[in-house]
Amino acid sequence: MSDPLLSVRDLRVDFPTRRGVLTAVDGVSFDIHPGEILGVVGESGAGKSQTGAAVIGLLEPPGRIAAGDIHLEGQRIDRLSQEQLRKVRGRKIGAVFQDPLTSLNPLYTIGRQLTETIRTHLPLSEAEARDRAVQVLGEVGIPSPADRLDAYPHQFSGGMRQRVVIALALCVNPRLIIADEPTTALDVSIQAQITALLKRLCREHGTAVMLITHDMGVIAETADRVAVLYGGRLAEVGPVDDVVNRPLHPYTEGLMACIPTTHERPPRLAQIEGSMPSLTAMPPGCAFHPRCPHAFDRCAAERPPLFDHPPSAAACWLWAPEGARATERAAS
Amino acid sequence: MLAFIVRRLIQSVLVMLAVALVGFALFTYVGDPINNMVGQDTSIEDRERLREDLGLNDPFPVQFFRFVVNAAQADFGISYRHGRPVEDLLVERAPATLELSFAAGLFALFVGVPMGIYTALNRRSWLSKVFLTVSLIGVSLPTFLIGILLILVFSVWLGWLPSFGRGETVQFGWWSTGFLTWDGLTALIMPAITLGLFQMTLIMRLVRAEMLEVLRTDYIKFARARGLSARAVNFGHALKNTLVPVITITGLQLGSVIAFAIITETVFQWPGMGLLFIQAIEFVDIPVMAAYLVLVAFLFVLINLIVDLLYFAVDPRLRVGGGGGQGL
Ligand SMILES: Nc1ncnc2c1ncn2[C@@H]1O[C@H](COP(=O)(O)OP(=O)(O)O)[C@@H](O)[C@H]1O
Ligand code: SF4
Ligand SMILES: [Mg+2]
Repeated sequence: MSDPLLSVRDLRVDFPTRRGVLTAVDGVSFDIHPGEILGVVGESGAGKSQTGAAVIGLLEPPGRIAAGDIHLEGQRIDRLSQEQLRKVRGRKIGAVFQDPLTSLNPLYTIGRQLTETIRTHLPLSEAEARDRAVQVLGEVGIPSPADRLDAYPHQFSGGMRQRVVIALALCVNPRLIIADEPTTALDVSIQAQITALLKRLCREHGTAVMLITHDMGVIAETADRVAVLYGGRLAEVGPVDDVVNRPLHPYTEGLMACIPTTHERPPRLAQIEGSMPSLTAMPPGCAFHPRCPHAFDRCAAERPPLFDHPPSAAACWLWAPEGARATERAAS
Repeated sequence: MLAFIVRRLIQSVLVMLAVALVGFALFTYVGDPINNMVGQDTSIEDRERLREDLGLNDPFPVQFFRFVVNAAQADFGISYRHGRPVEDLLVERAPATLELSFAAGLFALFVGVPMGIYTALNRRSWLSKVFLTVSLIGVSLPTFLIGILLILVFSVWLGWLPSFGRGETVQFGWWSTGFLTWDGLTALIMPAITLGLFQMTLIMRLVRAEMLEVLRTDYIKFARARGLSARAVNFGHALKNTLVPVITITGLQLGSVIAFAIITETVFQWPGMGLLFIQAIEFVDIPVMAAYLVLVAFLFVLINLIVDLLYFAVDPRLRVGGGGGQGL
């Protein structure tokens, strides 16, 4: 396989608070290869957004990367100065956020917001930047884009605004897009269109995507590989087919039990008994053990590392190579 | 847009009528205008004739209507104290007050806005803390005390600035300006700072709060995610959004600056409308008091209207009636 485009190793994100340090992301590792779509799933509060924010260098203070490293195209980016990071943001890593209604500056035309982004990163004249803006707006499916350039965000519907946001993320051809719940705030009827658009455009441009969502249905349809987060930790990572059909981690198994089989409204995450522990009350050992149907003594005592089980990997003692239970389980 | 303007105009007229009613009530119920005009030795009959001539026996609505019609033509009668038409007195004094208010407004804006931006962008710096602490003192000290302290330091101790008056002025038709002479400008410094200080701290705090709010919004986060420079994000995106509400408040503050000029003008013996008003109160010079009241209210309403129109010009969401949305 080619070298990874993005490589995250043992990432830890801390929020120092008055009541002590909260670890929102704890030892997460994953790779994204060029052109690949990595789905990142997990319940609300699992650390998905903070992982994305750490990659793009936009953690909100007091949040900070406390450990680990992030490489983009072989270059370490978690230690860059703000000014150096700025040249990575937008240029190499684009972002799409959850709410298109609030992602655009209401006081500037979408044309201006596009051209300023384009001209920040590319040596183009204003006229050339406008041409490019029109072209990108056309690509994301805005009708008669040349006429819409001077329109303000409020003159677009929610779905159209998210298309504009995607155009902004893609306008200088970044290598990677971090899409944090890009359809959650949209009308259900539009969600599939926007996801499909994102997927098509990234395929066409060879752009990789880190697609953050809590919707397993979206992941199953869109992603190449999946990373499952639980309590700020990586539970499992692997190709979408394996994770969906042959999950290793008991938590993933629980998630998959409620993937939609029909095309009705996609269900939200798992109704696994209990709820994810809060950051202030993280249980010792495996974070999932209070809810896990397969938990045994070791789970409460020791935190499981990520065990390779090609093509996937899971942080669960059941998959420890020496573990008798693993073989037992694999056989059944 | 047109409907909006018409609605605001009607509101403005109603406000002015209400204020006119108060002004008129002053006339009618505070003291006896006849006593103020004539001497001790005027006979009862003469007084009655004068009362009849002046229309003071007419029913209330008729008198009020006449007052409004006259006021609308800037006719407020004769000052009891000066024996001259009130409007002449006001026109004579207006440039002093307006120039002082203008200078105070500029001071408040051009010092308050940058300080607000600085404290919002550098929340943890010690200079921000100094600004905020000093501004707290600025808000809590009464205006006259600040004026007197300034006079003490810069006029009495240092002898740098004049302690009272407008200095030398230049006449342009009916307008007298202190902006064109060195003397006039130095005389303006302390009164303008005194008058503008409160508004300055207010603007600083407002800009700071608004800017912090705006910096937390998604579109600022998204602007950063697009790799825009800190300068473009802070001064292009954040500042413009910050200034929308600031325009309103600042504009409205200009009205209160003019109103608050009374105290500053008294401290610095500044020959403006405020000083005229204070002197009018001492002498129960009702026509001057009523006229000042109506005039200040008028300025308030006018500024309000202009601010609303500015708002329209800055915020596209108000300009276009939300139309043009294209659904999927
Ligand atoms: N400013 C903050 N201060 C303290 N904790 C925070 C802050 N922002 C986020 N967190 C914590 O980080 C955790 C992960 O959040 P997030 O990544 O947004 O989850 P999600 O998977 O829903 O995107 C949450 O449990 C939240 O409590
Ligand atoms: S480590 Fe233990 S508790 Fe955790 S998921 Fe695996 S079996 Fe369950
Ligand atoms: Mg999130």
